[in-house]
Amino acid sequence: MLQDILVTGLVNGGVYALLAVGFSLVFGVARIVNIAHTAFYMLAAYAFYTLLVKGGLGFVLSGVLAVGGVTLLSVLCYRLVIEPVREHEAAVLIATVALAYIFQELMLLTFGGHYLGIPSTLEGGVRLLGVSIPYQRMLILVVAAVMLTAVWFILYRTRLGLAIRATANDLEVANLMGMNVNRVAMATVAISVALAAIAGVVVAPVFVVDPFMWLSPLVTMLAIVVLGGLGSLKGSLIGALIIGYVEAITVFALPAGAYLKGAVALAIMVAVLLARPEGLFGVAFEEER
Amino acid sequence: MLRSIILAAAAALVATSAQAQTIKIAILGPMSFVQGENHWAGAEMARDEINKAGGISVGGKRMQVELIRADTNEIQSVSDATNAIERVVTRDKADFLIGGFRSEAVLAMQEVAMDYKKIFLGAGAAHSKLGANVEAKYDRYKYWFRVTPVKDTDLVRTLFAVLNTIAQQIRTELKTDMPKVAILAEKAVWTEALIAAAQKNLPAMKMEVVGTWQPSATATDVTAELSAIDRSGAQLVFTILSGPVGISVGRQMGERGMKAVAWGINVEAQKEEFWQAAAGKAQFVSTLDTLAEVEITPKTIPFVKAFKARFKKAPTYNAGTYDAIMLLKAAIEQAGTTNADKLVPVLEKMSYVAAAAVLEFDKRHDPVWAPGKNTGIAVQWQDGKKVPFWPPNMKGMQPFKLPAR
Repeated sequence: MLQDILVTGLVNGGVYALLAVGFSLVFGVARIVNIAHTAFYMLAAYAFYTLLVKGGLGFVLSGVLAVGGVTLLSVLCYRLVIEPVREHEAAVLIATVALAYIFQELMLLTFGGHYLGIPSTLEGGVRLLGVSIPYQRMLILVVAAVMLTAVWFILYRTRLGLAIRATANDLEVANLMGMNVNRVAMATVAISVALAAIAGVVVAPVFVVDPFMWLSPLVTMLAIVVLGGLGSLKGSLIGALIIGYVEAITVFALPAGAYLKGAVALAIMVAVLLARPEGLFGVAFEEER
Repeated sequence: MLRSIILAAAAALVATSAQAQTIKIAILGPMSFVQGENHWAGAEMARDEINKAGGISVGGKRMQVELIRADTNEIQSVSDATNAIERVVTRDKADFLIGGFRSEAVLAMQEVAMDYKKIFLGAGAAHSKLGANVEAKYDRYKYWFRVTPVKDTDLVRTLFAVLNTIAQQIRTELKTDMPKVAILAEKAVWTEALIAAAQKNLPAMKMEVVGTWQPSATATDVTAELSAIDRSGAQLVFTILSGPVGISVGRQMGERGMKAVAWGINVEAQKEEFWQAAAGKAQFVSTLDTLAEVEITPKTIPFVKAFKARFKKAPTYNAGTYDAIMLLKAAIEQAGTTNADKLVPVLEKMSYVAAAAVLEFDKRHDPVWAPGKNTGIAVQWQDGKKVPFWPPNMKGMQPFKLPAR
């Protein structure tokens, strides 16, 4: 049973990490509470489905177009919806909730409430420690690792990353120093939504595409980001693995309570926050900044 | 001026007269979803068939069927469903109500229909409470009749009968006396009684229950559950699933190359779109179902073929709106009236050969479960096709297959 928990927790943690990275970036670093983050993930999954299954464009072209299209849409949404109210966090939150529901209803109108399946990019699988793992899940792990590295590189090794961190640290000072804070925020949203879209393209083939698929990961992402520490990418990764392992342990140790795996994960998040309100890596994040 | 008024009055009279020639039937369903699509498609087939043949004879007078499409949105919102039924009764002046899917929503819609004393023929919800209401307060709830499916406790009878057949095949092919069964049921009120019944009865049926797993009905990932089931050595996964988790189970069992075979209730697997939704991975997943190209009654195969020809896909049990309208037509013609109070006793005594079953109603106005008349069927996905395999003695059935070992 131990090897099942080890392998299942790692694979599921990888899925969560890929989803959490972008959310952590926009929520923690740019301080934009983009509740529509997972709705962009849903849009990318639908775009990928349409281009691949209906359009027959192939995995690579469909993936690139889906990610590119959704990222452009996010820039448009930022200019039209988020930027005008950015100074009011509650207004941003409400506006992005509205955006998410608009996207949901548009997909419902266009595709109906049908559950759609996307073929795996990689077919087949391997047995690791006696546990069967499809290649698609291995791909998610690899993509998650690459994305984490890429985001770290952008944030800590480029001028754009410096600007993002500077505006996150003190918006007014960054503005006084001559930075175009709105453009930096827009770039942050674009990067984070691109990550969500990549997650949609890579993760959706192992799940089911439907207009409500953004809701469940949203709660998990919030839990991971808060558990790991706001804005800490390292925290998001560790948080994702913790949630992945907690869920796996719950299912294996308490089969009839498998439905509780989400609740157990959230309970642990609450417990961690009670002991350490800034999250696991909140202080480290402050030091990083 | 006077001439215009007279013409307008005449036109209004003609319109009123034309309206009086129709019987208005509201079709209630979640129209953005497969369930509602089938509700509407089945109803359209019945309407066209009846109107083409001259309509319904009401005391010697021919009346055409007019359908009212009512989107209940009940999968997302119960209050939307009650608003929809209120609207078709008060604004659209519907004479009869047919449809419904989600038990919670249908229970709420039942109240509205009974308030207005409208005959409401259920074509989707299985919860026993709907029928129990009729028995408890007959005068209020007598206008409710369930056409499809059979009630939840009767579904259990079919489930266990098929389970026994599959277990026997496993005993023979895998040379084991006690097949190992994993129970995989979504966490919901409707599954509790089924789980308890399975845990109690399976050992008596010479099957070993290796465990019970209960994911959420909306879970999109069941790899941990399936990994544990794989480890338990289960040869049969007894599924009790109505939500999208049924797709995840089918797909991920295939992706993992599991040797266990899935049987039970998997509502998503009943749909034609299931194979695509599971990305073609759900080989050998089987489920309880209602309609297929088999001779349940002499009307089944012609109906399924006509449905496929018109809509380019197979019907689900929600297309039972077809049977409901045909049943209603027979009752109205027998009673010679559309008066609800006069139709109720006629419906109660009817034995109607429908496309999906021979319909007879018990004191709860539930369809009577009886082998050879109304049990439902079992189907298995084999190479992208839904293959019917139970009851074995029915014309058109094919063999049930186990995954290769």
